Order: sequence, then structure tokens, then C-alpha cells
Amino acid sequence: MPLSRDQVRHVALLARLGLEQGDEDFYAEQLSGILRHIDRLQELNTDAIPPTAQVVEVAATLREDVPRPCLTQEEALANAPAAVDGFFRVPSIQEEA
Amino acid sequence: MRAVGWEVVIGMEVHVQPTTRTKMFCGCAIAPLNAPPNSHTCPVCLGLPGVLPVINKAAVEACLKTAVALNCEIPRHTKFDRKNYMYPDLPKGYQISQYDLPMSHDGHLEVGERRVRIRRVHLEEDTGKLVHAGDRLHKAWESFVDLNRAGVPLMEIVSEPDIRSAEEARDYAVALRTLLRTVGASEADMEKGQLRAEPNISVRRTGTTELGVKTELKNINSFRNLYRAIDFEVKRQIEALESGHDVVQETRGWSDAEQRTFSQRTKEFAEDYRYFPEPDLPPLELDPAWIEELRRALPELPEARRVRLVSQYALPLHDASLIAAERELADLFEGAVRAGADAKPAANWIIGEVAPGGSVPTINQLADVVKLVTSGSITRDQGREVLAESIRSQRSAGELVAERGFAQVSDESELEAIVREVIATNAKAAADYQAGKKQALGALMADLKKKAPNANPKMANEILQKLLQ
Amino acid sequence: MTLDPTHLTISELRHMLDERELSAQELLGLHLERIEAADADVKAFLRLTTARAAEQAQAADRALRDGTAGPLAGIPMAVKDVLCVKGVETTAGSQILKGFKPPYTGTAVQRIFDAGAVMLGVTNCDEFAMGSSTENSGYFPTHNPWSLDRVPGGSSGGSAAAVAAGEATFSLGTDTGGSIRQPAALCGVIGMKPTYGRVSRYGLIAFASSLDQIGPFTRSVEDCALILQTMAGHDPLDSTCADRPNNVARGLHDGVERIRLGVPREYFEVKGMESGVRLAIQKALNTLEAAGAELVDVSLPHTDYGLAAYYIIAPAECSSNLARFDGVRYGMSEQDAQNITEAYMKTRRKGFGAEVRRRVMLGTYALSSGYYDAYYLKAQKVRTLIKQDFDDAFANCDAIVSATSPTVAFPIGSRTQDPLSMYLCDVLTLGGNLAGLPGISVPCGMSDGLPVGLQVLAPQWREDITLRVARAYELAADMRVEVALVD
Repeated sequence: MPLSRDQVRHVALLARLGLEQGDEDFYAEQLSGILRHIDRLQELNTDAIPPTAQVVEVAATLREDVPRPCLTQEEALANAPAAVDGFFRVPSIQEEA
Repeated sequence: MRAVGWEVVIGMEVHVQPTTRTKMFCGCAIAPLNAPPNSHTCPVCLGLPGVLPVINKAAVEACLKTAVALNCEIPRHTKFDRKNYMYPDLPKGYQISQYDLPMSHDGHLEVGERRVRIRRVHLEEDTGKLVHAGDRLHKAWESFVDLNRAGVPLMEIVSEPDIRSAEEARDYAVALRTLLRTVGASEADMEKGQLRAEPNISVRRTGTTELGVKTELKNINSFRNLYRAIDFEVKRQIEALESGHDVVQETRGWSDAEQRTFSQRTKEFAEDYRYFPEPDLPPLELDPAWIEELRRALPELPEARRVRLVSQYALPLHDASLIAAERELADLFEGAVRAGADAKPAANWIIGEVAPGGSVPTINQLADVVKLVTSGSITRDQGREVLAESIRSQRSAGELVAERGFAQVSDESELEAIVREVIATNAKAAADYQAGKKQALGALMADLKKKAPNANPKMANEILQKLLQ
Repeated sequence: MTLDPTHLTISELRHMLDERELSAQELLGLHLERIEAADADVKAFLRLTTARAAEQAQAADRALRDGTAGPLAGIPMAVKDVLCVKGVETTAGSQILKGFKPPYTGTAVQRIFDAGAVMLGVTNCDEFAMGSSTENSGYFPTHNPWSLDRVPGGSSGGSAAAVAAGEATFSLGTDTGGSIRQPAALCGVIGMKPTYGRVSRYGLIAFASSLDQIGPFTRSVEDCALILQTMAGHDPLDSTCADRPNNVARGLHDGVERIRLGVPREYFEVKGMESGVRLAIQKALNTLEAAGAELVDVSLPHTDYGLAAYYIIAPAECSSNLARFDGVRYGMSEQDAQNITEAYMKTRRKGFGAEVRRRVMLGTYALSSGYYDAYYLKAQKVRTLIKQDFDDAFANCDAIVSATSPTVAFPIGSRTQDPLSMYLCDVLTLGGNLAGLPGISVPCGMSDGLPVGLQVLAPQWREDITLRVARAYELAADMRVEVALVD
């Protein structure tokens, strides 16, 4: 099914991807094309088929509760675009402009 | 509060930090509260590119112990899922949580006379902490992120909407804390953020079955505030409905300073968490033998202890409930009885004196005082003083009684001399009593207490009555 | 045969190093010269780590003298830009990670270092490993050493091209839908994707977590087995990495006598299959048959649905894996924003390239409320069917053989306008990822002067069969990986 511009805007907000001029058409057109191909999956009856999330059979291993060395504060912040007094700094988390 | 014509419906979501040395999915030590920001992180909990989670065995064990204690069903397989949303306190842009196959489900907890059903207990990871420039969120123009708490394990305990009042909600949270401490799953200290209770509240007309619109309360940091917040919110909802307004489904914060709930910013659109199975963690197999081993190793749970306190010590159910609700109190009670105190007086002392006060005596401190009062060696008032002083100074009750001359006069001849003197100085009252005015005895006893504060009141009373016959 | 060390295999070089015909530092020097000469045209490397290489080569020479040398002592190698190396800028081919220096080294790379290898530098790839041509790199495209106006394949195009151009003796790549095997085929080198869970993913910047695996590019099957053996095995830092016996080189030289090779008819009928490729594969199968293998017809009936399932599962996982790129803790950050949401949107719009954004959008959509069942859950169920196809096929054969890519290397720019035509590059390889199988691509001749690759797939954990068949072909066809001489 083709994607509407409204859906493109909604998905872009969910994905936190900004939309620049022309992006809505770009995504609507290209994603619709890919989805047309993907829609062939609906031809298959999979009612009785279990989903595969993990393809090899490995049981989760549990870690013993033993501390390992942490990074220093300097190491933790070394790649930060903006750091202040040991914190990562971000713009206001307020949603409305 | 009980509002006539309305029924209150409360479900609780409680987040509990299990007692572990390290985080949920990495080997970082749990940071102390005063640790410098971002001093307890590693590539995993910072969400650096390329890292993978590994499950902490101790967190799983704490969650399973809790689940067993809450009578939950534990499946053979459980799995983790990703809850996707982007926020600066969530380093990976998703929280590893559990969606459709939680660690456990369908249990219950007895709270007083009510059975509260537990929907599920699952494991997840905590987020980091945001500090805002400016004191109020809506004025903040920048925020600061500390990821020390990011990845700390959390158990989420979700109840069914079976709770019917603010009191019950508080009792539920207290009972949960006791249970968690008893099984050793968590310190569950609310003020340290190790237990966070988020009630979902709605009200409906008595007799109706449809659920009302609910609100969820956050930022509650003590049992007292849990009670107050719910109490406020219930009144607010009823007032709104009675005056023809609607209750809006929303998250509301509790303001300690203003003693009220307030609407927290509603998001511009409903978040869609896009849960899907965490591909970095294979499903976790829960070996029934392991669960059985944990079950066998559990100490006696508060509910079982309450029943036993009634049967073993013949305590009234009410007393047993109060004492069993706090493991420390129950241990104190049973210890004091073992040390020779009588059960019912020991229970009275714990409920009347220890529980309302802040500090808890040692077993011997309590047992000594209970024995001295029961035997009539000291008065109840003196007992209170001795108990308080022995907690404060760590000195023995016997020593304090001697030092203060509290030892009661229980010698019969000595008492008889005192009583004769009282009768002599209160001839009219004595005559009144003999003439049938029984209440005159009160005046005589009062004078006796003044003249000889250490006199054993029970014996003195008996002697007085005998001499006036 | 030339004795130019930049053309040799690990085992040949190791012999020379042990015999003191050459020092590790000399070997490094020769490779840096080769890079200097060729890489302006090939553009396999994003950045060189010359200082680190000099230290590692010096240490290798010391170890060779002391008799403490590991199996890879002094061997020059290259690392795909998605594998974290402590202190080395690692960007996943993306502008959004420009300048990022990991404070840790991933497990697989660390094991290669511990065995004594010398890291030359970081190789180019499609951004976040999303692509089949390396044209989606956030920096520049890499060129095929066999024909500079053509793509090297992708996403590990830089790693494949570096080995093909004589710039590195071996290299590391990652394979999510064919990202090692397809560029190996297009560049005429050997490339292998192990069983999912064979090699730790710790340190691999995730594209699609349930599909990604790290693997080698080499010039001989024996080298391939050695590198895989070195990297493989349980890692307490990766819960999906299996704790199981690890002798992938078992029976490597035992030949293919009485080995049943399944030929899936669907893999010879895929859209866009070039006749030159089909011919080269047919010749390779004849060679294997002559060497004693038995060819059997097998069927993989859900082949037509593999691409569709893959292009739901991989984007869904990537949409979540890439949420961490938010400009808070590392990487590009647009701080000029009214609020955090705007900052996120600006940063990610600017930092991600078109293909990455397309897949993040697709994956977000496939997981979103109301579409999860129709897309994500459906794709997971079809994944079960595809795995079942392979299980059924392996009931009648020991390994499955086919072309690696339906085409030889295509001209740069020829497929960038139509994403679906690019996705079709992976149609023969992505089934191996969906089913978690080990797969190798070995060169099997040329078509139109460009290399063709033969793919060998085996059941999970049977890398030994994959390698044994590949080794038998190498021997029977007298195949030697040639270095493309870029002038």
C-alpha cells in the first residue's frame, strides 16, 4: 500500500528525522515502491508459522554480579559534542516551541 | 476518605531496584547517591556504538524471588524486548524491558483483609537523570544528563486495579516493601528511589462496574505522600465529575511543596513504543529446578508469619497483622518472647510504643522492660522512660531502674503502713467509701500516689480495700 | 609467479617472516607504498593508522625474534569502518559519527591484534553497512581495482578492494545480507560470513543485530580458515555468541569426494542473472564434480520472498539500532534548536545519508502501531519458512552452491536511482543471513574481464564444510587470487 504524506510526517517524527523540502515526496514515492515489492509477503499463508526472532539456538548466558572497571568521567565525556561540569548538555527537553 | 456514592479504583505500578552490585546489562558498579555525574558508566550503559547487553544473574534471581513470594506463575521461557523512544536520559534510544513474555505473571499479595492480584513482575533497566537549568521544567532552556543510573536494574511490579482507597494503596506499598526486604530482593527504600510507586486512579459511581477515566501519579517519594497524593487526586476527580467536568487521562505529578497533584505536560502526540524482541539477547530459559531451589531458600513470608503469630502466640489477628507487616518488628516480638517476655504484653509494647516511635530497641532492652512492668516492679510510665533511655544510652533496664529509684514498693507490710497513713489523713473519704460511695476510693488512691509514687498500685489498691472493709 | 609480498597469502608471508627473508616492518613499508600508489584511484581506505601499524610491526619483529610470535605476527590487514578500535576514529561510513573515537576495541579485532596482526587503517563502506556498492559511504565511493569505473560491491567494498588491490594481505568486513560475500565476488577475492553466533559482535556497530556477522577477506581458503579460527569463539560480552567447539578448519584438505552439493534451481533463475555469470558457475560446478563431488538438485521455494522479508527485518532492527545517534554523547550534533526534539531531527537529518534515512523510515513504519503484524511479524514468519527451506535442502545435500552475485561489478552510479535494483544485488546471499548459515565466496573465473564469485553455503555451525568445498575448488581449478594491477 502506498504511503501518504501524512504517514511520512508521522513516521519521520517517530524516527526523529527532520524533513527538508522535497523529503516528503521522496519518501512517499520511494517507500511506496519498496512496499509494493514487500507486499508480496501477503501472498503467503503464515497463520500456522511461528516467527523467528533468533535464528540460532543459543540460550542467554547470565553474567555474575561482579563489578568491572568503569570509564572515568573524562573518558565518558570524551566524545561529547557539549559537556558541562561532568554532564552531557542538551537543549531544553520542553516540547512546545 | 470515603466519598458517599463513589467507589475508588486503584492499580499500582511499582518500580523496585533489586539489590545488586552491578547494573542490569553491564559490569558497572551501582553508583552511590552522591557520586559525581557520569562517573559510573561504561561503553555499554553509555550506549556507545557496537556494544551489547549481558544479563545480570543477581537481578534475575531477585526478580524470581520476588515473583515466587508474590505467588506468581513463572514461565519456562522469558525474553526481553526493546521499548523504542528517544529521550536524552535513554542512551540507546530504546529501553530494554519485557513486553509479552515477562519473567512472571498472575500472582497476589494479601494486604490486610484484601487480596491484591499481581498482573506481572518483570525486569528492565533504569534511565539516566536529567537536571534542568532553572528550577522548573517549563522554564528550562537547557538540560544536563547524568548516566550513572542508566542501566540500573529495575523490577516492575504491576497490580490489577484491586485497591479501593488511599489507605489500602499505602498498606499495599508497605506490604510490598516488607516482602521485598524479607526475601532479600531489595532494600526498597522509597526516599533513596529504590521503590517508586505510581498509582493509577479512577473513580466510579458505587454499584457501577465500568472503569472511570484514570490518571497516573508520579514523583511520590514517601508512603505518607503516597497516601496524600491519592487522597487529593480522588477528591479532585470526584469534584470534577460532580460538577459536570470530565477527568482527562493523563500523567499527574505530586508536588510535595504544594501538597497537590498537577497535570504534567501532555505530549504532542501519543508515543508509539514499537516494541519488538531484543535481538541482542536470546530468550532466557528459566529452569524449574532453579525456581524450586529459590522457593525452598525463601525465608518465612509476612503473610505466613501473620498466621503463625496468631496460632503460636494467640495474638489477636489485628496485632499479628501489624507486627508481621514489618520484619524488624516481628523479629523483635519473637525475640522478646524467647527472652522471657509474655506474648500479649510484648505485642502491646511493640504496637503502642515501638512502632509509633522512630527508634527500635534491642530484643533484650524490650524484653527486660516488658518483664519489669508485667511483674509489677515498675509502672508502665516508668517502663516507657526506661525503654527510651536504654535505647538512647545503651544501658541495661535494671541499671536504669536502680539509678532512678523506680523499683516499686511491693513489700506488703511497708505498703500497709503507707495505706494506713493515707486513711488517717483522708478520714472523710474513707468514711464515704465505707458508707457505700465507691468512687471515694479514687481520691484515696490519688493521695497514695502522691505520697508514695513507687508504691505498687495494684497491691496498694487491694490493701486499701481490705483495710476499709 | 611474482614474489611481490603485497600479492602473497598469509601462509606464504609467514614463511618469509619466519625465514627472515623479510621483516614485519619491511612488509609494512611495502604495503604503505602500495597504498600510496594505488589508493588514490581505488579509495579503499578512509584513514590510515600508520603510527599504530609501525608499533605493531615493531612488536611483531620482536616476537618473531623471541619465538613468541602469534599466528598472524606482522601480517598487514585492514578493518572495516564499522568495527570499533580504541582510539581510532570509527565512523561506520557516516558523517554522523565523524570524529568518534571509541574508548574500547571490539572482541574480534582484539583477537586479531592479539595474534600479532598489523592494522594498516580503516576501510570504506556503505554508511552503517547499508548498501551493495560502497556508493552510500558518507565520505566517497570506493572503486573496483579491476575496473576503476565500477563499484567494488558492498557494503564492505573498501575491505574487499584493499585485498584485491594488494593494499592489505587480509581484511575484516561484516555481512548482514551479503556485505562480505558480494564484494568478495565483485573484487575477485575470498570472503566469508560465519554462522550467526560464531564470531562475537561486540564492537561491531550494529546495522541489523539478528543478521550481522564479522568475517574475513583473504587470498586463500586456508588464510580464510585461519582468520576465522582466530576471531571465533565464545565471548562473555556477546550473549548471542555461542559457546561451542570451534574447529572450523577440520578436514580442510579432505576434498569433495562423495560430498553432495545442492544446486538450488531458484538461484539460477533470479531476475537479472547474467549469462556470463551463469556460465562461470556452471564451469565451477563441473570442476567440483570432476573432483568427486555429487551434484544434486535442491529447491528453496521461498527464495522469491527472501528479499521482501529481509527488507522488513533489517530496516526494523536498524531503525532501533540507529536511535542512539542523537548528538548527545558523541558524533554530530545540531545544538541550534528550540528543544530536544528539534535538535534530534536536525542532527539526524543532516548526519544520515539518503539510504540510511530511507531504511530508518521503512523500519520505523514496519514496527509502528497498526503495521507490526502485517510487516514485521509477517516477515519473521517468512523467515521461519526460509530457514525451513534450507533445512529441507540440507536433508539431501552437504552444501549448497550458486553464484554469489547475479552480476559482475556494475558501473558506478548505474543503480543509485532505483533502490530496489540495488537491493536485488543481495538476492543470492541474504538467504544465508536470514537462516544464520555460514557462507563463502571464492573467485571462479571472469566474465567480461570482471571476477565472478562462487558461493558455498552449509548448515549452521558447519563452516568446516564450506571451507572444505571452497578449498577443494581452489585446488581443482588451480585458482589463485590475483592482485588487480591498478595503474
